[in-house]
Amino acid sequence: MRGKWGIMAKGAVKIVVERCKACGFCVEFCPTKVLALSSAFNSKGYHPPHVVATEKCSGCDLCGMYCPDFAIFGYRQPQPQATPNKETADAR
Amino acid sequence: MSEVRNPVEPFLRMDRMPHIWCPGCGIGTTVNCFTRALIESKVDLDHVTIVSGIGCTGRVAGYVKLDSFHTTHGRAIPFATGLKLANPKLNVIVYSGDGDLSAIGGNHLIHAARRNIDLKIVCVNNLIYAMTGGQTAPTTPNDAVTSTAPYGSYEPAFNLPHLVEAAGAVYVARWTTYHVRQLARSMQEAFAKKGFSFIEVLSPCPTLYQRRNKLGDGLETMKYYKEKSKVRNGAPTSEVGLTMQGEIIVGKFVDRDRPDYRELMRHRLAETLGDRYVECEELVCS
Ligand SMILES: Cc1ncc(C[n+]2csc(CCOP(=O)(O)OP(=O)(O)O)c2C)c(N)n1
Ligand code: SF4
Ligand code: SF4
Ligand code: SF4
Ligand SMILES: [Mg+2]
Repeated sequence: MRGKWGIMAKGAVKIVVERCKACGFCVEFCPTKVLALSSAFNSKGYHPPHVVATEKCSGCDLCGMYCPDFAIFGYRQPQPQATPNKETADAR
Repeated sequence: MSEVRNPVEPFLRMDRMPHIWCPGCGIGTTVNCFTRALIESKVDLDHVTIVSGIGCTGRVAGYVKLDSFHTTHGRAIPFATGLKLANPKLNVIVYSGDGDLSAIGGNHLIHAARRNIDLKIVCVNNLIYAMTGGQTAPTTPNDAVTSTAPYGSYEPAFNLPHLVEAAGAVYVARWTTYHVRQLARSMQEAFAKKGFSFIEVLSPCPTLYQRRNKLGDGLETMKYYKEKSKVRNGAPTSEVGLTMQGEIIVGKFVDRDRPDYRELMRHRLAETLGDRYVECEELVCS
């Protein structure tokens, strides 16, 4: 997953929007402000969170620890192997 | 991508989701901490039992996918005591509300602490009887408006850590639902501790406590916890009483050792009966 500055995000979140009750805990306590409540509704009329800064997610799972509705959690992405990309390989 | 799963899900009866807890209620947050503590402590889940009384918090027993008892109001500790005595290998966790544990169940609480029964108590304190409509509890702080105290409560409240320490608890901690990592760590410590352990968790009840007191929603309360909590490990419990919207002293207050009930009983029986006292291991189901 590449963020807007081409940085490989270390973590990611999964959101089950239908389970969310829009308490905002995950948004408020994400240490790097990855999330915001979206303007979309789920079928119960709540605004679930969505990711607004993918590249800042560390996968720390604080959102998962806070979410009282078990609707979100964070996890670390398996880090890609340090294989040289094409440019560096060509320059050798 | 292979399916990554929320770490809480294997511990829950997902067919019962969504749960009944209101938006911004903190009980679910405590359950997250509890499951993280179970994962980290690597306890054998076949030997973990959750016992709850009645109340919003009492619902935890019905939602966890572990052996559990949802007992009658106030009687979680007596049920748990029986379980522990009949099967000492079990790690028995009592998960219940402030009203259940300290009002109708108040005597069981102090006597289990006095006897040092090897139980781990998680007391979710939302300062009120939530499930029944927000009545004054022994934990309701002075001035708070409740359905039974429309002009504000004037009863002095229990300081639970002080109460259980005085009664004999060997492990006493308090956190709030803001302190998720610390709470999970305390739960882990309590799992490993032998004897009566008590963890108080302050938790928002936006529907009945916060609303009646015009304190906003669950998130407002979480921000209050963040702003007004002070970590003071080892603080004398006499100094950790709560006041309405005042400072909240959190931390691990007590961590001491003394023989638990079973040890005392075996010692006395062995001393008195000598060779005639035989431990009956086969009675201890695995
Ligand atoms: C013997 C008996 N008395 C009263 C009740 C009604 N009752 C149900 S839950 C409850 C209070 C629960 O308060 P608490 O333990 O703080 O749980 P919360 O709902 O706040 O999580 C009461 C009085 C009952 N179920 N049984
Ligand atoms: S995993 Fe951590 S960094 Fe990522 S969204 Fe959740 S709280 Fe924020
Ligand atoms: S913490 Fe959970 S319920 Fe609350 S807004 Fe985030 S995803 Fe929704
Ligand atoms: S009434 Fe209060 S304690 Fe009960 S589920 Fe709602 S917010 Fe939680
Ligand atoms: Mg309560």
